[in-house]
Amino acid sequence: MKITKVEALEKRANRIRQDIITSIYYAKSGHPGGSLSIADILSVLYFNEMNINPLKPDDKSRDRFILSKGHSAPALYAVLAEKEYFSREDLVTLRHIDSPFQGHPDMNKVPGVDMTTGSLGQGLSVANGMAMASKMDRMGYRVYCLLGDGELEEGQIWEAAMTSSKYKLDNLCVIVDANELQLIGKTDEVKGLYPESIEAKFQSFGFNTMMIDGHNIEEIMKAFENAEMTKEKPTAIIAKTIKGKGISFMENNPAWHGKALNDEEYKKALEELNSND
Amino acid sequence: MEEDKKIATRESFGKALCELKDENIIVLDADLNSATKTEYFKEKYPKQYIELGIAEADMLGTAAGLATCGKIPFATTFAVFATGRCYDQIRTSIAYPNLNVKICGTHGGITVGEDGATHQMLEDINLMRGLPNMVVISPSDDVQTKSLVKEIAKYKGPVYLRLARYATPEIYANDVEFEIGKGIQLGDGIDATVFSTGVTVSEALKAQEELLKEGVDIRVVDIHTIKPIDKELIVKCAKETSILLSVEDHNVIGGLGTAIADVLAEEYPKKLIKLGINDCFGKSGKAEDLMEYFKIDSKAIVEILKEKLYINNNSK
Repeated sequence: MKITKVEALEKRANRIRQDIITSIYYAKSGHPGGSLSIADILSVLYFNEMNINPLKPDDKSRDRFILSKGHSAPALYAVLAEKEYFSREDLVTLRHIDSPFQGHPDMNKVPGVDMTTGSLGQGLSVANGMAMASKMDRMGYRVYCLLGDGELEEGQIWEAAMTSSKYKLDNLCVIVDANELQLIGKTDEVKGLYPESIEAKFQSFGFNTMMIDGHNIEEIMKAFENAEMTKEKPTAIIAKTIKGKGISFMENNPAWHGKALNDEEYKKALEELNSND
Repeated sequence: MEEDKKIATRESFGKALCELKDENIIVLDADLNSATKTEYFKEKYPKQYIELGIAEADMLGTAAGLATCGKIPFATTFAVFATGRCYDQIRTSIAYPNLNVKICGTHGGITVGEDGATHQMLEDINLMRGLPNMVVISPSDDVQTKSLVKEIAKYKGPVYLRLARYATPEIYANDVEFEIGKGIQLGDGIDATVFSTGVTVSEALKAQEELLKEGVDIRVVDIHTIKPIDKELIVKCAKETSILLSVEDHNVIGGLGTAIADVLAEEYPKKLIKLGINDCFGKSGKAEDLMEYFKIDSKAIVEILKEKLYINNNSK
């Protein structure tokens, strides 16, 4: 049976979700909610968008990806395994002593991880530096930076946003994982952040902006195309997502920001995901 | 020591940057280029210069990103903002990933002078030496600063370079070269060793001259690299001299004195007298007056050594 590109990317996203759940289950700790919300975005980035080669993870001309919300590391490890940077079986060592898969991504331990992250708010500045280097060296590579919506409460993001636009970094694409939840509750209630207010902020900082459904593969693909066509301006894609997406009892529940699944929950979660296969 | 030719290490730094020929060198500024002296580099190599505005955290993150792509960024601002305001950015985005970023903090210490406590960084050596992977350098004069700027550009890994606003005498001849991690012993005196770094090296040398007039022969050790510190030289001096003293324009907690005490405790237990800022904040005033007030000048060194050597201070 032939499947479309969109269906293939959906299947990959589903496998990424299975690996997220499995690795966190075996780690007995981790952040499932915000990892599940970015699975579709990562599937499109790594399998349709970025110019990368798992055989040459240090290639100077490769596109770069920064997971600024580093606590969603299980999703990054899962997509890198799916892309065959390393074996999928290794993912169960997540967060164990001697494992390369640290609780937050370490660029010196895992091939394919372009930047070490963990303390929120720092990734966009780093992405700017990479995008500037690309332009200085006329290498043409693009830089993708995934931010959490709660993360936008960090002031450094807005220092960096001024820089992205001042230097017209049109090779930079920011994706905001707008799942509208942070550890303690709704981003709107905590700091007045919701998809429309976020888009307005990036627009006023000089970004080309778009609001999309962050679980709709076609919309994600089109948004990246639009970003590539945009000149003289950085792009910010506000991706409306659901925290815990794909697992019924986790969806939109902030309690699943940072806890592992027990045996029964793991079984149920896998059943739900397997039914999509 | 050439008393009449005084120059601040920030000035030497600004000039040294212009001598670096590598086109991968990128100088980053956060709205202070006339004070940090990176304006010279901007003039000479505008394409290798990036202005970030008043946004130090963003500057250090940008530097980290540039470093991942093979650039050699020199991120420059005042010591207080570089290390204090941006400690977490340095820790997560530079030191932990071990990126090749040179963090350059001018205006270290109370010798900043009139700007007062908020701008007188007295805790930066402590903060930076506590970070794994970080090299900490604090040069003492023009020649040494220029030589070490070249060395750190060649060295691969994160470096904190502490520079001063206060103009100090030239100490070394033009052809002296310096190596990261290798301290410099000045004189062979056996009555005492005065360990010093940055602006206090010339004070220690003045004290050496003064004391010699009274028949006291001390040696001065210039610890330009606080991490990795020259253990061998410290132990050698501890074995060869009776009194050990450290003097620094930094809090006595966590600075040069502490770094030396760490070595002594493990390698050659011996008492160390620590001169520095005694766990308090600075204040406004002229640099010279502040050095006297906080007892880190040559006078303070002479006084304490005479006391320890049982020489009557009133005997003149």
